[in-house]
Amino acid sequence: MSSEILSPEGLRCDGRRPQEMRKLKSELGVSEGPDGSAIVEQGYTKVLVSVFGPHECVNRNLRDHEKAIIRCSYNLASFGSGVRKKKMVSDKKSTEVGVMIQNTFEAAVMLDKFPKSQIDIYVQVLQGDGGERCVAINATTLALINAGIPMKDYVCACAATVYQDSVLLDINHLEESSRGPLFMLAVMPRTESIVQLQLDHRLHNDHLDKVVKETIQGCRNIQVLLDRQVKEWTVEAAAAYDIKPRV
Amino acid sequence: AVVSTQSTGSGGSMEVVRAPHKRTRVIASQDEDLEKHIVTPGDVITQNLDFMKSHGTTLGNGHISSTVAGAIHKVDKLVSVRSVSSRYRGEVGDIVVGRITEVQQKKWKVDCGSRLDCQLQLSSVYLPGNVLRRKNLNDELMMREYFSEGDLICAEVAEVGNLDGMLKIHMRTHEKYGKLPEGLLIKVPSVLIKRSKLHFHRLPCNATVILGSNGFVWVGPHFIPEQPIEAISMTLRETIARLGNVIRALAAYGVQLFDTIILTGYDISLKYKVKELLKPEVMEHIAQESYEHSQHQTL
Repeated sequence: MSSEILSPEGLRCDGRRPQEMRKLKSELGVSEGPDGSAIVEQGYTKVLVSVFGPHECVNRNLRDHEKAIIRCSYNLASFGSGVRKKKMVSDKKSTEVGVMIQNTFEAAVMLDKFPKSQIDIYVQVLQGDGGERCVAINATTLALINAGIPMKDYVCACAATVYQDSVLLDINHLEESSRGPLFMLAVMPRTESIVQLQLDHRLHNDHLDKVVKETIQGCRNIQVLLDRQVKEWTVEAAAAYDIKPRV
Repeated sequence: AVVSTQSTGSGGSMEVVRAPHKRTRVIASQDEDLEKHIVTPGDVITQNLDFMKSHGTTLGNGHISSTVAGAIHKVDKLVSVRSVSSRYRGEVGDIVVGRITEVQQKKWKVDCGSRLDCQLQLSSVYLPGNVLRRKNLNDELMMREYFSEGDLICAEVAEVGNLDGMLKIHMRTHEKYGKLPEGLLIKVPSVLIKRSKLHFHRLPCNATVILGSNGFVWVGPHFIPEQPIEAISMTLRETIARLGNVIRALAAYGVQLFDTIILTGYDISLKYKVKELLKPEVMEHIAQESYEHSQHQTL
């Protein structure tokens, strides 16, 4: 691994080409306690998400009589980053990411099917090597599907940066630490709608169209891989629980 | 894989490290076409908008798409997707086991693993002494004497709410429903418990098993509601624990639960110690053999 963001040959620090994504591994139903759970690994970033619900909304102040509410808690494990995290209490950044994920899925989950209920999403970043928010969103999508909570479509997220006029997709920690823009998109690939957009630092207007186009493609690529895993799990579970199709 | 080390001092083997055990399904897919009719959220089911949409579907841009992961179900003009995993959705007549979460005015709120807590009205409960009469103000104040927060109860689903799906439960007869005494509660996926005539099973090994349709399974001693139970002996405790572990093993491998298969599993498990039944290999063995045994019996 070199420490240059982009070598003269056009290779990134981990040997990838600019539009190449990291290796994606995913698994559904990893925990027995929650209604739904999933682990997604993109490169060295590994996130575990557990979903509980829909269940009775215990807090009367938050209860909505017309739809369900989503509560999300985002947490980076103390062993999850290069330097051991000393603070165990949730900090501002974690709360902010939690609210961001909550807003993202409020657009995708069919909340009006469950009035007066609550859906809890617990995100645990086990290993952080860049793009933790994106992997968190991808893992949450899988966990919600695992729990059987109806959604309009997958929500897939991808982050990108621009370096020397090249768009680098699915950035790792080293690329995030460079002074370039940090552009994150969460999309619903089949319905072709953008559910979340985050930009840190500064992105030149000339690069905007290119970055958006590449990132959406990156999200589409992720959706194909996640869908493969979900279909595998669904076929197994349908056979085991004797759920037969009827066409 | 299991790595065990021999401790030379005491002479017994000590298992120190166990690698994770990959759980394989006991019931494998027999239908090659299954894959073609499996959909995931966002998948297009049909472009024909004449179909009526039911559970698990939504209207997209000129097509009907799925909202859950499951199998397509088309009956005449009705299309739905049967989700592979979901919370318990009650139906009138189901027997459920639940835990009291709240005591409100004239009703209790019960958690039975569904999307909303169930409601148990004071008016649909038998008072001590097998009495069903009109409840007065005094009864309202004494609600906590009958059921308080944390109690386990067994009841029947009377009504399913139209708008929100909230279940209303009642205790229709005195002999079977009511507060459950000390026992073991095991939560299994509700899809593993098929609706049948009998949910309340008095097993020959001196234990009772109640298979709630909501996936809550209660194992305990034989009891008559309202009557105090005698002290539970060590052998009965072992029996109850063994039955509990057998049920956990069957549920872990996706085997449908009913009384005969639980008894078969119990008989197969007798050669192991009760605590050994928690090992993944043993659980798989019990689930596999019980399932095969039950298949032979039906043939």
